[in-house]
Amino acid sequence: MDFGQAYSPDNLRFLMEGLGMTLRLALVAIILSFIIGCVLGVIRYARVPVLSKLVGILVEIIRNLPLLLLIFFARFGLPELGIKLSPFWAAIVALSIFEAAMISEIVRSGLKSVEKGTIEAARASGLSYMQTLRHIILPIGLRRMVPPIVSQFISLLKDTSLAVIISLAELTHNANIVMGQDISIVLPTLLLVAALYFAVNYALSIVARRLESKPT
Amino acid sequence: MIDLTVLTEHWESYFIGLRNTLFASLMALAGSFALGTVIAVFRISPIKVLQACGTAYVELFRNIPLLLVVYMFFLGLPALGIALNGFVSGTLGLMVYTSAFIAEAIRAGILAVPQGQTEAARSSGLTYVQTMRYVVLPQAVKIVVPPITNQFLNLVKNSSILGVVAGLDLMYYGDLVNADTYNTVDTYMFVALFYLILTLPLAYASRLMERRFARSG
Amino acid sequence: MKTRGRVIGLMLAVMLVLAGCGAANNANDSKGGGTNNSAEPGAGGNQAENPGSKDEGVVADIKARGKLVAGVKFDTKLFGLKDPGSGEVEGFDVDIAKAIAKKLLGDESKLELKEVTSKTRIPMLNNGEIDLIIATMTITEDRKKEVDFSDVYFKAGQSILVKKGSSIRSIDDVTKDSKVLGVKGATSIKNIEEKVPGLKVQQYENYQEAFTALRAGKGDVLTTDNSILYGMMKQDNNYEVVGSTFTDEPYGIAIKKDEAGLVKLVNETLEEMKASGEYDKIYEQWIGEKPADE
Repeated sequence: MDFGQAYSPDNLRFLMEGLGMTLRLALVAIILSFIIGCVLGVIRYARVPVLSKLVGILVEIIRNLPLLLLIFFARFGLPELGIKLSPFWAAIVALSIFEAAMISEIVRSGLKSVEKGTIEAARASGLSYMQTLRHIILPIGLRRMVPPIVSQFISLLKDTSLAVIISLAELTHNANIVMGQDISIVLPTLLLVAALYFAVNYALSIVARRLESKPT
Repeated sequence: MIDLTVLTEHWESYFIGLRNTLFASLMALAGSFALGTVIAVFRISPIKVLQACGTAYVELFRNIPLLLVVYMFFLGLPALGIALNGFVSGTLGLMVYTSAFIAEAIRAGILAVPQGQTEAARSSGLTYVQTMRYVVLPQAVKIVVPPITNQFLNLVKNSSILGVVAGLDLMYYGDLVNADTYNTVDTYMFVALFYLILTLPLAYASRLMERRFARSG
Repeated sequence: MKTRGRVIGLMLAVMLVLAGCGAANNANDSKGGGTNNSAEPGAGGNQAENPGSKDEGVVADIKARGKLVAGVKFDTKLFGLKDPGSGEVEGFDVDIAKAIAKKLLGDESKLELKEVTSKTRIPMLNNGEIDLIIATMTITEDRKKEVDFSDVYFKAGQSILVKKGSSIRSIDDVTKDSKVLGVKGATSIKNIEEKVPGLKVQQYENYQEAFTALRAGKGDVLTTDNSILYGMMKQDNNYEVVGSTFTDEPYGIAIKKDEAGLVKLVNETLEEMKASGEYDKIYEQWIGEKPADE
């Protein structure tokens, strides 16, 4: 094992570039999947005729497919259907849609957990359905969703490594190139990359714990 | 619209892939259930060292991508003189990774049984083992089964990682079929269909159990 | 009151659709993942900038864009390898791409390289993401149904790479129980599986991973074109190419179907390179010997 060669300045810089791409990818996908996930979750909660059913079926299919398949499909299947995406955006689209499907389930059950009595009280006090949703159900529900949503974000960050199959230059891809130099640096490189992922995710989970324990 | 010959000319590849995916998932499930139970017991044990080990294990594997864990088995272990093929490394990686999540589910299930019940059972003369057997575990199982079914579902989906290390699973064979047909959309449509055949019943079962246990609990 | 709920639902749906479109649009004009900013090849349509030119199809697009987009490997020593230090991709295929860029646009730096693997190159070409594939690609009848090829620009042959001291000395020592590694989508898989009935090759995403797997002891033999294997030998001298080649693998530059204009230009470039001695020069530079005579 050769830690010196594995952690040479060139290799470290190259891995950091990969980490930068991983973080960019995760950030964009987190924002998009949160927005889309909330919208889908509310649609499913609100029981809009036809639409809620349709969204429900779509979410069910996407949730139950491997993300690896979705990423590959977004990159090489969609173009056959006329939608061309660069590796970065293919990864974004696949990650956002997949994680949004997961988040929509969290949002829906979070909203469902808001007690009937609370809702009825709000309506009785003269709030419209829309107002009740905005001022009562969403704030209460969202607070309860914070922990599962954050762990979904951690999953997302980990899942960005799957973009390796579409040759996107993120952390795992760059690690593969570094590991190609010599067999003796494979294990040191893997350990470093694992540590990088761990550090980012652990930081994220600490932030989440802070949020959770914040007085409501 | 969909070219059925993709399926008819390569059904054997799809079938072998599907079988291996199922096989890898079942083995990893059995392994991760056993390992996860041990880790969960560690985490709730009164012994500080065991607790710390359990916590470290869970935190470690929950925060590292599955692909990295599989690479560790596939590319990392050979540096220590242990060479495993893609299927075995992939399955082991899946097992270790999933066990962290299963450990958490089991721990949550056990902790969800109110402390008062244990105390009541103990004071009415039951031993610790009897209390676990007749009071705590039956209740914990109800809480634990739905999330574990869910983990199994994740496991089946995650097993597609085997495709990246030549692990002979459905995803891997899908790639081989694609290299032959050049028809990406249809080839992977069928791959998707086969995954859904495995995962949709699991998703349904998980929801059904959640509802039933919620009612009876 | 119930209708309100419906209205909200509809609004949300519209928002969602808009969000989706936004993402798709962004995808076309911003390229977070690429190394360069350039218009998506093929998306430009007919250019307005040089009227009077007879260029059609891809050639016109390339000229309008002012940049040639070539798909090369990033993981194959001697042909296309990315150096983590400099970030540059270098190799024989890359130099051929530069020559074509020079011929088309008058400047070899007007070139964008995109990473392809054996598995991804044909989809990427047919998507219009790259103008041509210069990536150790063998001309085969099967592939001719999918893409068009230039004249042969490199003559390789399939061979095998083993660890020094291995008992396998040639293809004849490979049995159906040998552990053979290869790459998804490569012709070498079919060739060897036909030559050794019953053999199942373990296939990886790209040559980098396959070679790492060989060095990690996942197999006895790595098979592909000798040209690629020589590059691996240079990378790690614990491995050697054994036996002679057992197939002919003529490499061609792949171009989308019905782009005769570009095929012609590429062939002209190759001829000019051979006539001027530039071809021999880069051949020697990368392969280490003079190209064999016809």
